[in-house]
Amino acid sequence: MLEHTTAAAEAGGGRAAASPLVNDFSIQVATANGSGSQSSNTVLLRALFQMGIPVSGKNLFPSNIAGLPTWYTVRASKDGWVARKKEIDLLVAMNPDTAREDVRALAPGAAVVYDAPLGLASLRDDLVFYPVPFDEVVAPVASEARLRKLLRNMAYVGVLARLLGIEAAEVERAIGRVFGQKAKARELNVAAARAGFEHAGALEKRDRLSVRRMDATAGKIIVDGNSAAALGALFAGVTVVAWYPITPSSSLVETLIGHLREHRVDADGRATYAVVQAEDELAAVGMAIGAGWAGARAMTASAGPGLSLMAEFVGLAYYAEIPVVIFDVQRVGPSTGLPTRTSQGDVLSTAFLSHGDTQHVLLFPGSVEECFSMGVAAFDVAERLQTPVFVMTDLDLGMNNWMADPFPYPDRPLDRGKVLSKEDLDRVGGFARYRDVDGDGIGWRTLPGTDHPRAAYFTRGTGHDDASAYSESPAVFEENMARLARKLDGARALLPAPERHGGGTAPVGILAYGSSHPAILEARAQLAAEAGLDTDYLRVRAYPFSREVEAFVRAHERVYVVEQNRDGQLAALLKLDLPTELVPRLRGIAHVHGLPLDARSVTDELLAKEAR
Amino acid sequence: MAAPVPPGGAAARQNRLGLALADYKGGKTTLCAGCGHNSISERLLEAMFDLGVPPERVAKFSGIGCSSKTPAYFMSRSHAFNAVHGRMPAVATGALLANRTLVGVGVSGDGDTASIGIGQFAHLMRRNLPILYVIEDNGVYGLTKGQFSATADVGSRLKSGVANELPPIDTCALAVQLGATFVGRSFSGDKRQLSAMLKAAISHRGTAMLDVLSPCVTFNDHEGSTRSFAYVKEHDAPLQELSYVPAHEDVAVDYDPGTTVDVELHDGAHLRLRKLEEGFDPRDRTRAVARLMEASARGEVLTGVFFVDAKAATLTDQLRTVDAPLATLPEARVRPPPAVLEEIMASLR
Repeated sequence: MLEHTTAAAEAGGGRAAASPLVNDFSIQVATANGSGSQSSNTVLLRALFQMGIPVSGKNLFPSNIAGLPTWYTVRASKDGWVARKKEIDLLVAMNPDTAREDVRALAPGAAVVYDAPLGLASLRDDLVFYPVPFDEVVAPVASEARLRKLLRNMAYVGVLARLLGIEAAEVERAIGRVFGQKAKARELNVAAARAGFEHAGALEKRDRLSVRRMDATAGKIIVDGNSAAALGALFAGVTVVAWYPITPSSSLVETLIGHLREHRVDADGRATYAVVQAEDELAAVGMAIGAGWAGARAMTASAGPGLSLMAEFVGLAYYAEIPVVIFDVQRVGPSTGLPTRTSQGDVLSTAFLSHGDTQHVLLFPGSVEECFSMGVAAFDVAERLQTPVFVMTDLDLGMNNWMADPFPYPDRPLDRGKVLSKEDLDRVGGFARYRDVDGDGIGWRTLPGTDHPRAAYFTRGTGHDDASAYSESPAVFEENMARLARKLDGARALLPAPERHGGGTAPVGILAYGSSHPAILEARAQLAAEAGLDTDYLRVRAYPFSREVEAFVRAHERVYVVEQNRDGQLAALLKLDLPTELVPRLRGIAHVHGLPLDARSVTDELLAKEAR
Repeated sequence: MAAPVPPGGAAARQNRLGLALADYKGGKTTLCAGCGHNSISERLLEAMFDLGVPPERVAKFSGIGCSSKTPAYFMSRSHAFNAVHGRMPAVATGALLANRTLVGVGVSGDGDTASIGIGQFAHLMRRNLPILYVIEDNGVYGLTKGQFSATADVGSRLKSGVANELPPIDTCALAVQLGATFVGRSFSGDKRQLSAMLKAAISHRGTAMLDVLSPCVTFNDHEGSTRSFAYVKEHDAPLQELSYVPAHEDVAVDYDPGTTVDVELHDGAHLRLRKLEEGFDPRDRTRAVARLMEASARGEVLTGVFFVDAKAATLTDQLRTVDAPLATLPEARVRPPPAVLEEIMASLR
C-alpha cells in the first residue's frame, strides 16, 4: 500500500473543506497494472497542460506486466510545483483489490470517483463520493468485453473532465495525440471520454476541486528523463551503445535507438552508430569501454544491479583512463528489491565503484532539461578527463513525465579530448601515454589504427609507468596514483557548478541533488510561508564537488542534506571532502520508501529537526 | 603453404609492405622457457608478417592469465588491450565496432575462455564479430599455479596426482554449435599446421576460433597429464593436411577435388584441406559437432579445421555501419543539425 500522511493532510483537509482548490490539487488513479490506464492518465495530464495549467504525472507502478495494483498521480499546480504532492485530493478507484484501503487512507474532505459496484460510499462519511457504473457507461461504445475493459479508463477521464471543468475539446485533442495515427482507437476513446463526460453531467458536484484555463505552459514540452537523456546522447554524437535491458533504464536506450534509426542513417542506408544488446551488464560496459578506447563516443545505461556487475570493468577503465558514459537510472535494491520504485541509493557505491582507490565522476541532473544537457556534457567530460562518467538519474526523473522548456541546441562543438593523430606524431616524434605533459594529470592518447609506427601503446590496468609499460615499482605506482588524484581534483572546476538558491545569508542551508530538486523548491516556500524560516539552497550537480560546496557549508550553521536514501550517501561523500570542522554542520533528511520525494515530508522533518 | 619463413634468414627478408620480421616483434616474453604460448606468439607474428598485415592496423586483445600476457610479446607496433578476466570479447567487440577497419586478434586461455569467460565466449561466437580468437589451451591455470581448468580431460592428473573427474568443455564443438564461422584446433608444437591455420583464420572475415593445445611446461607437462607435450605430440590426430594459398598466388595449382576441399576466403586467399579422413566436410556444421563429440568419446586429440563458412554475414554487416571508423567520424556526421532537435521539441509540445 502506498504511504499516506494523516498529519499533513489534516492541515490541508480539515480547514480546506470550505475553500475551493482551483488549479491546485492532486488526483490519484488506482487501477490494475496492464489495464490500459497509462493512456488515460497521459490524456488527463495533457488536457490540463493544454489548458495552460502546470502539471506533473507520476506512475507508481509494480514490477509486473498485468494484474498487480498500480497508481498514477496527476498534480495540477497554479504555482508551478511539480514534485509529488503527498496529500491526495481526488481518488479514482478502479481497482477492487485496493479500493477500500485507498479510501481509508484519504484525508477528510477528499473526493472519490469509483466504480459503482465497489460500493465504497459506506466506508466513510467525511469524503465526497461519486459512484459511476463504468461498465454501463461504456456499454454503448463497444460491444467487445476486452475493449470495454480498456475504455472504462478513458471514461473516467470524461467523468473527471466534467467534474473538474477540463475542457472536452482539450481532452479530445489529447486523445488525438496519444493515439496518433490509430484512427479506430482514437475514435473509440473519444467516444468513451464523451460517454463519461455525459454521465457525469448527472452528478451533483460536491467537491472543491476545479480547473480554470491559465497561461503557464505556453511553449513548454512534456517529456520523461529517459527520453531527454537519450536525446542528450544523440546530440552528443554517440557512436557505440551497448546495453542490457533493466528497469528503469531500458526506455532510455530504446528511445535512443529510435532516434538513431531516424537521424543517423546515411542516404545509402548505412549507420553512423552501432547498438548492441549485450548478454549482460558485464559485457555491456566492456563493449562500451572497448569502444571508448578505440575512440568512439560510447555509452551504456543501467540501474543499480547492473552497476554492481560493472564494477571491475569500470575500475579498469578508471586506471587505463578510458572515456565511457554510463547512465544510472537509479531504483531500489538488488534482485527483486523494488525495481520499479525510485531511489538515490547508488551514489556512494558509484562514486567509488570497483576496488583499489577508484573514484569516479558523477553528474546529477535535477530536471529533464539537465538529463539532456548533462547527457551531452557527459561525453565531453569523459573524453576530456579520459575516465568513466556516470549520469545519475533515477526512476522518478527517468520514467515520469515532466514539464520543461524546450531543450536548446548544444552551444559548443564536441570536445574530443587529448588525442594525437598521425600528423601530430609525425611532428612530435612519439609520446608516452600517461605522461602529464600539461600539468593537469591528463595524458595524451592515440587511437588504435593510427598509421604511425610509434602510435601503439599497451593498455593495461593499475601497474604501468607513464609510457604504459608494465611496472610494479613502488615509486612508479605512487606517482601514477598521485597523478590520477590530481586529475580528479581538477575535475571539480570542469564539471557543472552547483546551482544556488536564496540570498546566501539565511541561517539554514539545504543541500540536495537530482530529482529531489522540485520538492526542495516547494519545501523552501512552505518553510518561509508556514514557519517564517528563510533558507538557502545549494543544488549539487556533480562529484567530485565544486569548491562552492565547501563555501556553502561554511556560510551556514546548519546544512540539511536531503536525500532519497537511508544512510545519507551524499552526506557521506561530503564528510570525506569537507574540512573536519565543517562536518558537524551537516544534518541528514532521509527519504526512503521508494516514492518520489514530496515537499511536505522535507518541510515537516526539517522543522522538527530545527525545533530540537 | 606460401613462402615459409626460412629459419635464420627471416631478419633480412621483407614482406610486401617493405617491413622486416623485426617490425612484428614484441617485448621479451616473461613466460616460462619452453611454454607453448611463446611458439604461438611466434607463429602469429610470422603469419602477420607473411600476409603483409600492417601492424598499425592490428588491435590485440586479451583477458587474464598466462595466455593473456602474450600480446605484449608480439607486434609492439600494434595497440593492445589487456582486459579483465574472461571479458576480452566485450572489449574487442566494442573496439572493433568503433573501428571496423582494424584487424582484431584476441588471445585467451582455457581458464579465461571456458570458465569465467564462457558467457562472453558464447556470445562472441554467435555474433560472428570479425576477429581471430585464439585459445592457448593447456588444461590448467598457470598463473595461479596449477589448478585444473574446464578443458582438462577426465582422468588427467595434476602434478600432485589428483585426477580430474569432470568432463571437459570442448571449445571447438561449442564454437561450431554456437555459430562461429571458422573453427579449428591445432598444437603449438605443429608449426606447419598452426601457421597455415593462423593465416587462413586471419584471411577469414568473421569470428575465427582456434583452440591451440599449448602444453604448460611447469604445471601440466608430466606423465599422467593429457596436455603434456609428449602426450599431445603422440596422440595428435590431424583431420586434414592444411595449406594456405595467398590471394596473390596462382590458385590454379592442381588439387584433387575428391581428396581436397578448397575454401575461398574473404580476401581471395584459399584454404586447401587435404582429407586424411573420408567423408568429413568442414562446411557441414552438424557433422563437425558430431565428429568432435566422437573424438572426445574415443579420447582422440583431433586437430584440423572443423568448420568454415567464408560467406556468413558478420556483426558489422548486420549493423550496416558506414565504412569509415565510427570512432573518428566528424561532428557533422554524428550530431544531427538544429532542425532535428527543433522538430523533436515540437513533437513534445
